[in-house]
Amino acid sequence: MHYSALSLIKHALTGNRGWTRAWRNPEPKKQYDVIIIGGGGHGLATAYYLARLHGITNVAVLEKGYIGGGNTGRNTTIVRSNYMLNANSQFYEHSMKLWEGLSQELNYNVMFSQRGILNIFHNDAQRDAFARRGNAMRLNGVDAVMHDLDGVKKLMPHLDFSKNTRFPVTGGLAQPRGGTARHDAVAWGYARGADRLGVDIIQRCEVTGFRRDGDKLLGVETSRGFIGAGQVGVAVAGNSSRVFKMVGIKLPIESHVLQAYVTEGIKPLVNTVCTFGAGHFYISQSDKGGLVFGGDLDGYNSYAQRGNLPTFNHVVAGGVTMMPCLARLRILRQWGGVMDMSMDGTPIISKTPIDNLYMNGGWCYGGFKATPGSGWVFAHTIANDKAHELNRAFTLERFREGYLLDEKGVGATPNAH
Amino acid sequence: MTQKFRTTDGGLIDRNRPISFTFDGKSYQGYEGDTLASALLANGVHLLGRSFKYHRPRGILAAGSEEPNAMVELRTGARKEPNTRATTIELFDGLVAKSQNCWPSLSFDIMAINNLFSPLLSAGFYYKTFMWPVSFWTNVYEHIIRRAAGLGTAPTEADPDHYEQCHEHCDVLVVGAGPAGLMAAQAAADKGARVIIADEHVLLGGSLNSEDLTVSGKPGNDWAAAQVAKLSAMDNVHIFTRTTVFGYYDHNTVAAIEKVSDHVAVPAPGKPRQRMWIFYPKQVVIAAGATERPLIFGNNDIPGIMLAAAVRTYTNQYGVKPGSRAIVVTNNSDAYRTAIDLHGAGVTVVAVVDSRTHPDAPLAAELASLSIELITGKTVGAAGGGQRVAYALLVSTQGDTEEPQRIDCDLIASSGGWNPNLHLHSQSGAKPVYNEAIFSFVPGQSRQAEVCVGAANGSFGLQECLDQGLAAGAEAAKLAGFKGKNKKPPKAGDDGDYSIEALWISPTPYNKSYKQFVDQQNDVKVSDVNLAAQEGYDSVELLKRYTTQGMATDQGKTSNVNALAILAGQRGEPIPDVGITTFRPPYVPVAMGVFAGHTVGHEFMPVRHTAIHDWNKKQGAVFIEAGLWLRARYYPQSPSDTMTDCYIRETNNTRNNVAMIDVSTLGKIDIQGPDAAEFLNRLYINNWLKLPIGKVRYGVMLREDGMVFDDGTTSRLGENHYFMTTTTANAAPVLSHMEYYHQTVWPDLDVVFCSVTEQWTGIAVAGPNSRKLLKKVIDIDLDNAAFPFMAVGECHMNKIPARLFRISFSGELAYEVNVPADYGEQAWLELLEAGKEMGVAPYGTEPLGTMRIEKGHVAGSELDGRTTALDLGLEGLSNRSKHFIGKHNSARPAMLAEGRLQVVGLKSLEPGRNLRVGAHLVDDKVTLESVSQSQGHVSATTFSPSLGCSIALGLLKDGTARHGEQIDAVFPLDDEKIRVEICHPVFIDPKGELVRA
Amino acid sequence: MLRIECPWCGVRNEDEFSYGGDAAVDRPSDEGSPDEWYDYVYTRNNSAGKHTEHWQHVNGCRAWVIVVRDTVTHKIYSTVPASPNLPTGKAGVDQT
Repeated sequence: MHYSALSLIKHALTGNRGWTRAWRNPEPKKQYDVIIIGGGGHGLATAYYLARLHGITNVAVLEKGYIGGGNTGRNTTIVRSNYMLNANSQFYEHSMKLWEGLSQELNYNVMFSQRGILNIFHNDAQRDAFARRGNAMRLNGVDAVMHDLDGVKKLMPHLDFSKNTRFPVTGGLAQPRGGTARHDAVAWGYARGADRLGVDIIQRCEVTGFRRDGDKLLGVETSRGFIGAGQVGVAVAGNSSRVFKMVGIKLPIESHVLQAYVTEGIKPLVNTVCTFGAGHFYISQSDKGGLVFGGDLDGYNSYAQRGNLPTFNHVVAGGVTMMPCLARLRILRQWGGVMDMSMDGTPIISKTPIDNLYMNGGWCYGGFKATPGSGWVFAHTIANDKAHELNRAFTLERFREGYLLDEKGVGATPNAH
Repeated sequence: MTQKFRTTDGGLIDRNRPISFTFDGKSYQGYEGDTLASALLANGVHLLGRSFKYHRPRGILAAGSEEPNAMVELRTGARKEPNTRATTIELFDGLVAKSQNCWPSLSFDIMAINNLFSPLLSAGFYYKTFMWPVSFWTNVYEHIIRRAAGLGTAPTEADPDHYEQCHEHCDVLVVGAGPAGLMAAQAAADKGARVIIADEHVLLGGSLNSEDLTVSGKPGNDWAAAQVAKLSAMDNVHIFTRTTVFGYYDHNTVAAIEKVSDHVAVPAPGKPRQRMWIFYPKQVVIAAGATERPLIFGNNDIPGIMLAAAVRTYTNQYGVKPGSRAIVVTNNSDAYRTAIDLHGAGVTVVAVVDSRTHPDAPLAAELASLSIELITGKTVGAAGGGQRVAYALLVSTQGDTEEPQRIDCDLIASSGGWNPNLHLHSQSGAKPVYNEAIFSFVPGQSRQAEVCVGAANGSFGLQECLDQGLAAGAEAAKLAGFKGKNKKPPKAGDDGDYSIEALWISPTPYNKSYKQFVDQQNDVKVSDVNLAAQEGYDSVELLKRYTTQGMATDQGKTSNVNALAILAGQRGEPIPDVGITTFRPPYVPVAMGVFAGHTVGHEFMPVRHTAIHDWNKKQGAVFIEAGLWLRARYYPQSPSDTMTDCYIRETNNTRNNVAMIDVSTLGKIDIQGPDAAEFLNRLYINNWLKLPIGKVRYGVMLREDGMVFDDGTTSRLGENHYFMTTTTANAAPVLSHMEYYHQTVWPDLDVVFCSVTEQWTGIAVAGPNSRKLLKKVIDIDLDNAAFPFMAVGECHMNKIPARLFRISFSGELAYEVNVPADYGEQAWLELLEAGKEMGVAPYGTEPLGTMRIEKGHVAGSELDGRTTALDLGLEGLSNRSKHFIGKHNSARPAMLAEGRLQVVGLKSLEPGRNLRVGAHLVDDKVTLESVSQSQGHVSATTFSPSLGCSIALGLLKDGTARHGEQIDAVFPLDDEKIRVEICHPVFIDPKGELVRA
Repeated sequence: MLRIECPWCGVRNEDEFSYGGDAAVDRPSDEGSPDEWYDYVYTRNNSAGKHTEHWQHVNGCRAWVIVVRDTVTHKIYSTVPASPNLPTGKAGVDQT
């Protein structure tokens, strides 16, 4: 069923009774060519591109809850490719390009809004670090603009520009093509797209173990019985360690909780995505009007999907310091997601020590924006049993060898990335 | 200004204290004790705003914080508060409020045209369109949608009010001061427990204030007042009014917001607007009450259609008649009281319409005695009216095949049953369970030290509330360690038994279709829920996300259970199988200001000053942030002095004469013990076992992953006594790192250490005349032989006890004097005085940076956490025959492979063009637009006064082997490209003769 | 708010502490193989459930402590000093 303004009118005239399911609700088959574990954005995108680009349609996506119910539906919806290291820059830019045509590709409006992202800075050392990053972006074909104070004032007129604040703003680095997207819609759009190409999306189907023959997997044990698979891809960021524990692989990952918050809806106030340079705080405004913001991890291993007060207080203090008129706006909801924090802050999209098992995880808190690119390269990696040039550096083995991709330079302290 | 809809008497308002306020520019009067909602109703104002999507007229549904509709912009200017519930605003003199989301006016709103297109605007319609042409989403469609969305407008000025954060410990926290809460507090306090009881309202008593009930033979509100007075008199009870407990967090911590000044126009001097409380109770009794859910029928959102209990609240507590001709529609016994109370207040009750065929006999009899018609087996199928309800259409619950019965009215009081307020219970980690008797969720097994009582526990009878409150309060005190006999609960007057039959959606009148609202604030209709299920968004979370049900500012307090039941109906499954969405904090929306507290603006982070700071300030020094420290960056001598003028002057004075810099911000750690040397040997890559007493050594530390962590000098002051310095930025991390290894990995090492950063002021005296200057004030032999490079000694500077280090960052003959921080400024002044005749002057961090680049010393911009000692040219210091942190991982293949970024010097080959930090190093074939692999970057730059050209340090792929080559330094952000020569990073005095002179 | 019972200072809020990660990893000896050093620095059990971890009472007595905490419920089972050699009045705290 094709979506369009015309179809909306047609169905409106018949009481909207004609709309069919966006994706089927199939019973699992006995055997698939490829099983993707995890029905989040990444898993669904992988299934979509396997079918769309590699002609592999005998695919199942297994989801223990409902699709998009993990970090896909819990993040602050920011899309950007403003990375410094070449491998990251090129991968995220590929993802960005996919975002730019995604609604049309999927025939599902994911509301990708290129309203820009602005990282403000407060001193020369920060400016220099941003210059290094901005120049690296430009050299990788990514858009980047350095703004002086006046430029920042135009983009974010309500920041505290007074001299009496602790860290006065002096400028900012912007990526005009950055922005936001409607997070749930990404999962739903890929689910619908994959389903239309024949992929089985199986919700309420929890993987409980793997059946293997030496270094080869035969399939997965699930809450709905054994399902055989030629290849298995795991895209369960937040829970990667738990799944890989089932095959005896210990990962360079810790799970941490990251909180996010939304205010009551208000008329447009914040027209770009903006990050604070003197504390960990980022903010944007959703199309519904809520200001969506976040900050630091709570800082300790957690699978709790909820955070505590000290981080909450600290994040909001950063926000009100950056933008004092926020003080009277009210927070509507506080929630948390569980992040796969990798040991160098960069994801892992890789083959594994088991022949037909593939890993997609370690997204830290940058997974949402990667969704299309992640699915695209993961599908390539599974289909060809070999990494694509774009994820060649994102191996599981890089930690052992030392080829780290440490964007922040903080080393093997996952809670600091 | 008559309050036409006031009752003649009664209510808990003070009729002797009239209060003036304006709504949408029009003046009205209310009384003290009113909310904005009750005052507007008293004036006959029912239309308060427009709905989110269809801009339908909306009024007042509820009487508390569950209100979905009656939201206004309160106050103006910098104190403006959008989306404020009229039902929770205490009326104050001069209150100004305005309706939202309407244009040009509340009564005539152009966007109400959306109402006609509602079939097009069904759930998720925006996912199906607005995709063509591609560029139109961000530029056109989204723009329009964003303007249409949102409700009120935000203030754009800084908030003039301030907010506090406080902490309080107690044995028992009671949430809610209704009958159950008051009893719980009493029972716990009687046993001697320290009790906190918190309630949203200023008037405690909960339903006792809004219902016609008796306790111990007294009117409920009188009993509550007496109970509050009793609790107030107890030393071990702390009562918080206007305080909403909004979050239940880990380890039994509970957060609340106290509205200290929201009931006045402007906070009194010194008073915060609001206060956040973090309570640390041993036990929590949740007596948070219950929320009524509305019945769902056609046009159930018209102003004048209200929750039945809210109607009682307005009538009984506020002395307001919410209408003249009322219909009560219900599926349960509770709403009968609304009819009885309205009747008592002089409102005509046309009928009570009960969907049940067998209503409770005593209630039926009571209605009969009041001559109120009781219609059973029917319900309201739809309502009619424009901006105020005008009639109800009655239908049989089985559905009809004939025209419905029409009853004219201006008030419909509706009750679909009660939902216990489980928010805090759920936030504490517990899972609510479905209860078939009340058709709602009730508390499940507790996960933390909490218990729900009374209506929050699904027990709606007053006697049950009192009994449970008393028992729970006593039990909580016992669990907290208090003994004593339990008392007997007071006797409640008979309030009947609660009985209910499920009715989730009313049948619509024959052959008609209507909008039936589930979530009134987000305009989510029954048809939207059905459509979502039809399209496969059929889990409770997907439903919520697809339709936005429950995601508005009321978080679905009145709509969640209804939506769940409708979804269950669609799926053909029992409600408990469909599940329930997670309750997230906060229980009510809470201002960001109160989370931030006082740590905002200038107080966001502390500022650290050295002992020399005041002097620097008096000199007019320009400061720079170094972590939390403020350091003097340079010292202008006249208003026209630029930074360049200053740093060149200060550099020249250092290189040619003598100058001083405050280096107190470096981290300093005093280390003592027999194993101190061994400890250092493991921390640093270099050798420490043979460092003689009286000598300083430069050391490099790695992280366990093999990257350089920090560098600095450590001096041996005595047999077992060492003194370490760290970089300013890493002072705290290095100390923690040392403590970690000492306490968790090598506890056998006999060593102790602590930070002495604040205890010492450090002053570097640098330049060819530095020895001459110091000889005047230092009491030890400073001749080169007696006190050579890298010597350290205890001494006096004039009369001040001091330590002298012969170390140099500038590359000149230099010393560092450390004196106790209390003598810091004095020592600084005495040095200036001693050097006056030779022209000593202070220098800042800017010339310091220049000189360290000239000297090729790596610093923070090269130690960026991705560089190894080898990359930085420091591997020569390491001793791989001993063990040190990072040794093994710094020997991984990739650490030694080709292609790593290594430190190099760079010289601009284009006179007059200065290199900039952040430029990248690329082959000359690379154009600014091409996608390329950067080969490295410029990490630190300066115009070197000594060399007369722009120089830099950089990190370049395999840079060590490329000295003498040329490369481009590009800065695409500014379209710049400069040809540079790659060279050794040490630009001056490569043999280090100056420092040893 | 996590409430951690420091063996020296008593029960304190989490914001007085800093997190030090998994305390169940054993640091290899200088003779350890590259694989052992890789495991020590990089791989983690990352259990969902009981987790033995380091915290430092960084804004307090600065002691490193070993906490056993459930990573799903955040319940703390015990807190003991990391170092056997620091002077202490009691040998750790059972918070169950």
